[in-house]
Amino acid sequence: MKKPVLERPVLLDVQGITRLYGPAKGCEAIDFQLHAGEVLGIVGESGSGKSTLLRVLAGLEAPDAGQVVYRRQADDAGAEEAELDLYAIGEARRRALLRLEWGLVHQNPRDGLRMGVSAGANIGERLMAQGQRHYGQLRATGQAWMRQVELDPGRIDDAPRTFSGGMQQRLQIARTLVTRPRLVFMDEPTGGLDVSVQARLLDMLRTLVRSLGLSVVLVTHDLAVARLLAHRLLVMRRGQVVETGLTDQILDDPQHAYTQLLVSSVLTP
Amino acid sequence: MLSETGVSPQCARHRLTVAGLNKRFLLHGQGGVEIDVMRDLSLTLQAGECLVLAGRSGIGKSTLLKMLYGDYRIDQGRIRLHFDDGDLDLETLPAYAWHGLRRDVIGYVSQFLRVVPRVAAVDVVMEPLLARGADEADSRQRAETLLARLNLPERLWQLPPGTFSGGEQQRVNIARGFIGEHPLLLLDEPTASLDAANRDVVIALIGEAKARGTAMLGIFHDEDVRERVADRLLPLDGSLGGLSNASQHCQESLS
Repeated sequence: MKKPVLERPVLLDVQGITRLYGPAKGCEAIDFQLHAGEVLGIVGESGSGKSTLLRVLAGLEAPDAGQVVYRRQADDAGAEEAELDLYAIGEARRRALLRLEWGLVHQNPRDGLRMGVSAGANIGERLMAQGQRHYGQLRATGQAWMRQVELDPGRIDDAPRTFSGGMQQRLQIARTLVTRPRLVFMDEPTGGLDVSVQARLLDMLRTLVRSLGLSVVLVTHDLAVARLLAHRLLVMRRGQVVETGLTDQILDDPQHAYTQLLVSSVLTP
Repeated sequence: MLSETGVSPQCARHRLTVAGLNKRFLLHGQGGVEIDVMRDLSLTLQAGECLVLAGRSGIGKSTLLKMLYGDYRIDQGRIRLHFDDGDLDLETLPAYAWHGLRRDVIGYVSQFLRVVPRVAAVDVVMEPLLARGADEADSRQRAETLLARLNLPERLWQLPPGTFSGGEQQRVNIARGFIGEHPLLLLDEPTASLDAANRDVVIALIGEAKARGTAMLGIFHDEDVRERVADRLLPLDGSLGGLSNASQHCQESLS
């Protein structure tokens, strides 16, 4: 029996990220690395700074200090190896990176969708930004992705505002993943949905993560969601990371006093 | 970085060495009380061998399995896996590497199934194969074969196991644990809620795994099962003994 290959290349290298709005408001001195193919969960209560951290990581808000370094691997799709310092490369290149190589799933689908245009146009938009122009192909891809996220492809011409909240969230996920982003950020993707709708979305996300081999940074306050989706967790409190580790270990054998409190406060029906 | 060590000078059939393992839970919420649940535990395990953990019920035998699977942190001591081309130390393994190790090397049949809403039994069973990129149709076929062997009625295969009986859930769990044919398999009471016929199936599965060279570490309450699967017994009353209340107390506080 051969030794397994467990090393994975680092995709995102986060060094000393600080973004503070006031004392202990925001995030402070955050260091971590995301490896290719990994789902990293950032957990903590509201006000812990996890959403601020995600905004900085996802290129939406410059940090006061620190670096977010994206290490792109060469791949079959023609990408060249590169090391990009997110806030040093300039606005235009950063926007191109976000549009072409990364994806962001917002908690509220209204923030990620264009509510006035059709479902098909929502899915096709990022593809068109990548240079695809063939109408029939865009439409076929749109329908295929609607099927993949369990939406009726017959509704491709309907506007998202006619969809339920759960359907809108699935449409946002299709819109984000259609370009096969190398790195995906998700901010409470199941928050604000009914429990039965949540379960369906979680199952779908698990399948997509596995079948597309996605690398994901996931922010959630819900430890059950973290257990199902994340390989590894960062626990945040008052803007700082108090504990990191394998998800099962953080939840079954938490070391830090705050993590113990967090884990023991969860109600299990 | 993963720790690199040379090829083990020991017998090439060695799969696992545990040396001087200690485990202590520190409960901040209970005024910082410290609970020792394991002292100086050591063992070796060979390929094709089933080593059964013996000791009174409730002394924390699962703790060892959970440490081997990464659920519990290794505070002190060494857990080393042996491969043909080198060793791997788990106490220094970075967190990101566990996911691949569990996918390819260490399998775990837990006592209770962690139910994922809406996922059908057959999909729960085939997931370890899909995680390795296996073909979906082949994986489904293998999952169905295992579920049929474990006498799970076919009408249940497409249903989420959330509403199944304890015995039915356990059979789903067993199928999921065995389908991946991991070289190291941890078995936590896999026969606890099974009838005699299904116990026999599990015993047969364990026998086949041994023939493939799988190294197994198990907890079995049922004496009859224990005698039929165990190649050796590891008495644990010394390293876990006298700590039963503490261990249980800890489980409750942490769960």
